[in-house]
Amino acid sequence: MKALVPIKRVVDYNVRIRVKGDGTGVDLNGVKMSVNPFDEIANEAALKLKEAGVISEVVVVTIGTAKAEDQLRSELARGADRGIHVVTDEEIQPLQAARILAELVKRENADVVIAGKQAIDDDNNQTPQMLATLLDWPQATFASDIKIDGGKATVQREIDAGAETLEVDLPAVISADLRLNEPRFIKLPDIMKAKRKPLDKVELSEFDIDVPKLEVVSTSNPPAREPGRMVKSVEELVAALKDKGLV
Amino acid sequence: MAKILIVAETLGGELHPTTGKAVACAAQIGGEIDIAVFTEAKGAAADAAAKLDGVSKVLQVSNAENGAIRAATLAPQVVALAEGYTHILAANTTTGKDIMPRVAALLGVPQVTDIMAVHGEREFDRPIYAGNAVNRVKAPGDFTLVGTVRTASFGNVAESGSAAVEDASVSADLPAHTRLVGQETGGGDRPDLQTAAKVVSGGRGVGSAENFSVIFSLADKIGAGCGASRAAVDSGFVPNDMQVGQTGKIIAPDLYVAVGISGAIQHLAGIKDAGTIVAINTDENAPIFEVADLGLVGDLFKVCPELEAAL
Repeated sequence: MKALVPIKRVVDYNVRIRVKGDGTGVDLNGVKMSVNPFDEIANEAALKLKEAGVISEVVVVTIGTAKAEDQLRSELARGADRGIHVVTDEEIQPLQAARILAELVKRENADVVIAGKQAIDDDNNQTPQMLATLLDWPQATFASDIKIDGGKATVQREIDAGAETLEVDLPAVISADLRLNEPRFIKLPDIMKAKRKPLDKVELSEFDIDVPKLEVVSTSNPPAREPGRMVKSVEELVAALKDKGLV
Repeated sequence: MAKILIVAETLGGELHPTTGKAVACAAQIGGEIDIAVFTEAKGAAADAAAKLDGVSKVLQVSNAENGAIRAATLAPQVVALAEGYTHILAANTTTGKDIMPRVAALLGVPQVTDIMAVHGEREFDRPIYAGNAVNRVKAPGDFTLVGTVRTASFGNVAESGSAAVEDASVSADLPAHTRLVGQETGGGDRPDLQTAAKVVSGGRGVGSAENFSVIFSLADKIGAGCGASRAAVDSGFVPNDMQVGQTGKIIAPDLYVAVGISGAIQHLAGIKDAGTIVAINTDENAPIFEVADLGLVGDLFKVCPELEAAL
């Protein structure tokens, strides 16, 4: 069984981002970039299934600039077998990414896609669901547990009301939530080994991504909150809450 | 003029209150607003949807398959109703997030996730980077606008309407590849986190599942919903449906009381739209105090019972 794991190069989750003064986006100059944390979890899930003998090959895919090879190499070092890099400087929107991935799934004849539920830069939470739709596959989003057996995946999902369990026929798209696992650390010797793992470069022009797009008009800072004040006692807190008519 | 279809969210045949937030967003866009309710049979959900102010009509889609809500079976039914609508919206809940990209992909259009402000029929603000920046996005052309609505950014609508409820039959081939095995829902009698006017949350500082009774007790005293930080959920104090933050629920109650929560960026992302934030923490340097309107340094096990007694 072959798994495809899409990953994205994003601003590291520890970085406090800065909106550019002219409103044209977020300043990425000299900012630390990493693998989207949900994608690391997705790859870890695929690797665990490989260790359990369920999956035989894990292929990591990224769509992005030449520099995104760093992120692909780091997931190869974590344990993926092979990488595919769709190289482009263009900004790719979720429906376009889903179309590229759908084509790669067909070329690779993959049986399951395990993806992060969303990228922490644009927070769209769309690509896995769109990919499943374009392939006419089932989806199990926001997974906190995955079991694969007998051509079916049983997936526990995190939902607003608690948890639910879905059974989906394979092939399927599964998107990873935070509590699915804790990705293993990448060891130095594995980073060296990953440099020799196969990595194919693919041109964006091989894909049909001519779909309607959204335009970003401007990027701004979120409205700031008024500064607050410290109170010394419960009495003072209760008085302040009563003042505001909250209790 | 816009003609907006809202995909109702239902839970156990009842209308979920977040549906009203999507109506509030649609009202700002303007135009005609219809709500589609997908359940096994016409019932409480359609009745509740008909009462939401601003709704022209409710389309009741009855199907045995809709007893278990799944994106793969719901999306084709939504698309079957899409003809003639300029916008299709749902609340940005885990259900809306699951279904709407599937609707968008079937229609071959992009989606606007997490609409937080309306600047016109096809121009909206949406948060990026966990709400640390805001993108104003525009949908050029005239393709169907598919979007999800950030529930924390819109108020509730009144329930004094009396829209007509029409039975709508949809002919769509529904796939058999996805089955709901079971659900474990927290439920309980406390107000729903995403729509509660008051919320009390506990964090790592609460220390244990047993100690969370302090939080529940204070919440019950003021009629509040109960939340938790990711640290408290990861430590196993409370179930995941209580998590407030970037990867949990994003909420905007009038009053938010953070107890024993340090205030990690990912937690703050979930509460920055709250009316008044109260923080109670032993550590005076906790980042939660930077966003709190009212902060009190103290031992939560002493402060919470005192507060409860004083209210």
